[in-house]
Amino acid sequence: MTHIGKNGPASVSASVVENVSRRAWLKGVVASGSLIVAASALPRGAMAAWKTGADAMPHGTVSDPHVFVAIDKDGIVTIVAHRSEMGTGSKTSLPMVVADEMSADWSRCRVVQAPGDEVKYGNQDTDGSRSLRHFVQPMRQCGAAARLMLEMAAAKRLGVDVSEVEAINHEVVHRHSGRSFGFGELAADAAALPTPAPDQIRLKDPNSFRYIGTGSVPIVDLFGITTGTATYGADVRLPGMKYAVILRPPVLGSKVKSFDASAALKIHGVEKVIEVKGWDWPAKFQPLGGVAVIARNTGMAIKGRDALKVTWTESPHAIYDSDKFREEMLATSRKPGKTVRNDGDIDAAMKSAARVITAEYYVPQFAHAPMEPPVATAWVHDGMAEVWAPVQSPGGTHDDLCKTLGLPYDKVKVNVTLLGGAFGRKSKCDFALEAALLSQTLNAPVRVQWTREDDIQHDFYHAPAVERIEAALDGSNKVIGWRHRNVAPSLFSTFMPDPKYQQPLEYSMGQVDLPFEIANIRCEVGEAAAHSRTGWFRSVRNVPNTFATQCFVAELAHELGRDPKEMLLELIGAPRIVDPRKTTVDLWNYGDPFETYPIDTGRLRGVVELVAEKAGWGRNLPAGHGMGIAVQRCFLSYVATVVEVAVDDKGRISVPRVETAIDCGFFVNPERIVSQIEGAAIMGLTVAKHSAVTFKNGVPQQSNFNDYPVVRIDEAPRVTNVHIVQNGWDVPSSGVGEPATAPFAPAFCNAIFAATQKRIRSLPIGDQISL
Amino acid sequence: MITLSVNGQEHKYDGDPSLPLLWFLRDEAGLPGTKFGCGEALCGACTVHVNGEAVRSCAVQMSDAAGKTVVTIEGLDPHGNHPVQRAWRAVNVPQCGFCQAGQIMQAAALLKQTPNPTDEQIHTAMAGNICRCGCYQRIEAAVRTAATGV
Repeated sequence: MTHIGKNGPASVSASVVENVSRRAWLKGVVASGSLIVAASALPRGAMAAWKTGADAMPHGTVSDPHVFVAIDKDGIVTIVAHRSEMGTGSKTSLPMVVADEMSADWSRCRVVQAPGDEVKYGNQDTDGSRSLRHFVQPMRQCGAAARLMLEMAAAKRLGVDVSEVEAINHEVVHRHSGRSFGFGELAADAAALPTPAPDQIRLKDPNSFRYIGTGSVPIVDLFGITTGTATYGADVRLPGMKYAVILRPPVLGSKVKSFDASAALKIHGVEKVIEVKGWDWPAKFQPLGGVAVIARNTGMAIKGRDALKVTWTESPHAIYDSDKFREEMLATSRKPGKTVRNDGDIDAAMKSAARVITAEYYVPQFAHAPMEPPVATAWVHDGMAEVWAPVQSPGGTHDDLCKTLGLPYDKVKVNVTLLGGAFGRKSKCDFALEAALLSQTLNAPVRVQWTREDDIQHDFYHAPAVERIEAALDGSNKVIGWRHRNVAPSLFSTFMPDPKYQQPLEYSMGQVDLPFEIANIRCEVGEAAAHSRTGWFRSVRNVPNTFATQCFVAELAHELGRDPKEMLLELIGAPRIVDPRKTTVDLWNYGDPFETYPIDTGRLRGVVELVAEKAGWGRNLPAGHGMGIAVQRCFLSYVATVVEVAVDDKGRISVPRVETAIDCGFFVNPERIVSQIEGAAIMGLTVAKHSAVTFKNGVPQQSNFNDYPVVRIDEAPRVTNVHIVQNGWDVPSSGVGEPATAPFAPAFCNAIFAATQKRIRSLPIGDQISL
Repeated sequence: MITLSVNGQEHKYDGDPSLPLLWFLRDEAGLPGTKFGCGEALCGACTVHVNGEAVRSCAVQMSDAAGKTVVTIEGLDPHGNHPVQRAWRAVNVPQCGFCQAGQIMQAAALLKQTPNPTDEQIHTAMAGNICRCGCYQRIEAAVRTAATGV
């Protein structure tokens, strides 16, 4: 199913290594027999082939093998995974980089999950497709340093110069004599050495990698996952643990006025009902507050909660009606907004245009709905707090726990379980804070379980958007002007008084970073207040922005009688670096240097041409079928998708085939890239067809998978093929978790138009094309 | 007192008989392999076998499980080597993995009844099990792999 562009197919075999880190985290990370002495961290950013934004993240990067690697006397190498595992595979991929660089045999490696401790491990905020992007270099350095330490230990034992020995497949060999020592034999001596200076460390020739780039290493938790023994957020059970669920305010901003627990307390197994502290909004990730029911098990806590009677205070957000809000956003989009990018003279271009084409798009608010609803276990006692939780940002969670509980850094421990999906939801640690606060109050270990209803009704939602695009055409149908207005509440409303406009971090994801060769471009943002907790969902603002721009390109093509792919390539223009920084208010380049990750239209064209070729763009299709294409530079990767749809005589849509091409720079684990992109097609299809959380009187109207449907196996694409552009170490790595969701919905809707001549400008599609 | 067999062992439960089996398994019997995803039999994450049939354990009350034989993911095979589990590993199905216990239990029940399912039979049988990561292509491939032998 995997094909690598340019240089032919890659082998993605499926061998199984059952070297599972089964619950190793329960024992603490790298507890004994480790390489720990005199840790002298490498200078941050040492030896980087390319500069990333990692140093600007809290606590930057760490690459010291004394922190990440331990070897026992039997030669078992334990490698720390410090980023959270939510399904992208980074818990396998980053340790695999260390192992490959240190010439370890993967079958003799174990992976343990780090607790939240950014002072020790560097940044752990697993978000924004940053794990490989920011840590492939530090992890290579880490592995190379460990290899050198093993070689130095062997050289010393042999009384030879270190240049005469070489680490190969878990042992160090003396070239001349053929004598060798296993890693286990050298572990103690190597561990006693200080970390080598950066200028001593030599990275391997990428051609000699054994695992990197091959896709031959299965995820480390594969056996545990398939046997039910892998540990997720709700799977930790402590002696004397209490089970809690919380009834939270139905409208953002309201609080508990009074409650009557008498009926709940009569239910067998319900032990206690107590109020949980809530914070005034905006409050970053602090809990909403509410009333908690504590019971002998989660099921009885839920039953007890159903019997609660709570009166809530009034909230100004009770006015929120998402249908009305949409109309307001639409009206705003028809008036000038704040200019955030201004190239040339759009007003003159519009005035001189032979023709102006306009379209308005809408993407609603929606919820993340990871299969594992938020959940956390906490035990706060004797001036300490320990938490077990599926959090994307263990370091951030650690800090928020310290602040919330008033505890010093070293009295808090965040144990990171596997995340049962996250997609941005578990970047926000409110559920872990709730568990800690309840544990503190009850003086007992507590697990707080969110139900699916809690999850869908109290999410940090992906904000809705209205996007209005106008194109000015001259007499020869050349696009001479492009005006894009983007009206959406800002996710910054979660962190500060509502700015009411999209901010640079948001409008730089698909609006102002427009890579088109058009002389006159103006991007504007319009006012929109937030009335619910706002967060970010996979691909983030690229979801609505890509939907609008890539659908609009297909609309232009249709209006002008052009092929959509050719139109797209024409707008992208010649291969070049597009630098909108001079004409943009604070272009955000995903937190990374523009010089390392410029907007490269050559690479953008490359994925368009690759995917078109693989999809057989332009081939004859059966009746009722259509193909659509879309491309986006998303989280610094270039990703293009062609969707083929089939629409039957009742308007039912199926997806026989999806082709996606991605250029994500130097890559580590193509097998996981493929799985991420297969999944992104499903998630993109859900966004396109189904996802919407609507509000009346400030209350979400959806609650579970009956009214918030997601794509199931019977409506999934029949085949998704993934094509990865082969790059050398000279092309900086970007990520794959976020990017591929963005182009799916526009490619899909463009395909529907090709099949039916019906244009979808408003998501979700629902029954818009049912006949 | 309710008595039931779980993975070959007898268990007793003295609480509210309306408790969903799911919470007994997870919180009382200490078998967390069965996952909570929706509580309304909409997602299939909590799928177990009761008297050999795949059911959603969030929708089975303890009173209805009395005297029955329950098998969870932990008990599907003593070594975790049921053909479906092997197939899941051979095809590298999981991403986050949270739904996979339910998927595997559902697939195992399907193949017991229909050893060589058609694509449509696979879709029909597996449509109650949501995977938000979107592993469906591999789930389908793994069911086929398990059917033909690994």
